[in-house]
Amino acid sequence: MLDVILALLPSVVAGIWFFGIQAALVVLVTTAAAVITEYLMRKGLKREQTITDLSAVVTGLLLALNLPPSIPLWIAIAGAVIAIALIKQLFGGLGQNFINPALGARVILVVAWASRMTTWTQPLTDAVTTATPLGLLKEEGLKAFSYYDLFLGKIPGCIGETSVFAILIGFAYLLLRKVITWHIPVLFTGTVALLTWVAGPEGFFTGDPLYHILSGGLVLGAVFMATDYVTSPMTRKGTIIYAIGCGLLTSLFRLYGSMPEGVSFAIMLMNIATPLIDRYTIPVSFGGEKRVG
Amino acid sequence: MAKSKGRAMQVLANGFIKENPVLRLVLGTCPTLAVTTMAKNGIGMGIAATFVLLGSNIVISLIRKIVPDKVRIPVFITVIAGFTTIVELLMHAFLPDIYKALGIFIPLIVVNCIILARAEMFASKNSVGMSILDALGMGGGFTIALFIIGSLREIIGSGTWMGYPLTRDLIDPAVVMILPPGGFLAFGFIVAAINKFSSLRIRNKEISQGCGLGCPGCSNGNNGGGGQ
Repeated sequence: MLDVILALLPSVVAGIWFFGIQAALVVLVTTAAAVITEYLMRKGLKREQTITDLSAVVTGLLLALNLPPSIPLWIAIAGAVIAIALIKQLFGGLGQNFINPALGARVILVVAWASRMTTWTQPLTDAVTTATPLGLLKEEGLKAFSYYDLFLGKIPGCIGETSVFAILIGFAYLLLRKVITWHIPVLFTGTVALLTWVAGPEGFFTGDPLYHILSGGLVLGAVFMATDYVTSPMTRKGTIIYAIGCGLLTSLFRLYGSMPEGVSFAIMLMNIATPLIDRYTIPVSFGGEKRVG
Repeated sequence: MAKSKGRAMQVLANGFIKENPVLRLVLGTCPTLAVTTMAKNGIGMGIAATFVLLGSNIVISLIRKIVPDKVRIPVFITVIAGFTTIVELLMHAFLPDIYKALGIFIPLIVVNCIILARAEMFASKNSVGMSILDALGMGGGFTIALFIIGSLREIIGSGTWMGYPLTRDLIDPAVVMILPPGGFLAFGFIVAAINKFSSLRIRNKEISQGCGLGCPGCSNGNNGGGGQ
């Protein structure tokens, strides 16, 4: 878990660099709320304390990186409580949750406070309300930002999702430490790239896959959310089905859904499908004719 | 006399607590989740269903000895459908607001499993008087459950209660609670709380002659406390 925290730090730093003190406050408050909720829930449920496994810190950080910088702090706290209390501890704690806690909390927040969760500020300025690259692309078919800005993160968006560069540093670290494998992130983004290229706005093969990859929460979701051990399949074959499913759903939501972004909904749906995928991809045990599961 | 009076009270109270159709037997979940976006709608739905239940229990109890066993279900459904139509027309005439808010769920009272369950399990085996008490108890329990769920969802989801504003503009209401996911969330929390408290009470009493709830009442106890 410490490795994941270290891998998230570049994104935190980038978020604070682009969105200022308000972003730092959101990260701090969300993480603290997550840890406190974890402590209180374990105490209230009369189970042994699990703060030291740092999973609550990871959930808090991830959730904060998925919130817009202008979010009121009480919504950030509500999100942390939903993530830890409702999605993680009520289902039995770490390893028992059926969806990624940070992701589930983000989805609930988006549905509960839609306007607050989609109010974006311009980076490196004082709170100018604006639209995200994906929002502009969806509403007006407008590519308002250069690939360079998209890659570095000088675009409006959630605190941690804008800077693809920072996320890739974390990704490289996780790969080096062998915390995750490349399969889910690469196949996930690859599927989105392929589908957004094929189903372009002016007929087949006219899409702009690079723009789709660099904007929105795709890279953050693919590297840090979809790779969660608890909620992704166990086998290699299952992982491939899962990653492609995430990419397919994300593309469908982005291109044909009512919201500009759909990464969190796509990963959540595939999280829910994970037990089913596991059931059909677990190999036959050696020497026996029955499946292990 | 005293004995039958005691039984009557028991039948009446049964629906409220021990066999609350929504919170203990988990029946009629569809209308429960669909209409409880506001406390007022919950009460409206509860009273409409109680009226149908009362009418169908009385009629089915009266005809219970002349209906052949093989065709009892179609007969019960026909009786229930008759009363549902009466309720629908009455509400359309006198309570147009609630009629509009409940919409398709008023005619769907016909297929509400609480009503058919009481016809099958109670009214077809008991006297008219007992069936009336059973209908009042079960209908009351249904109404209270809908009112509780509706209140919780309305307070969190719209910041109002019975239409009166509670939070003003201090915090934004969490719209998710008046959408379908919020219905499941509120329902789950309330059933969990009721299970928690009733399991405490049963443990304190140390009932020796069985639990008295019947198997449907227990089905949730196993799932809810998995982690303990």
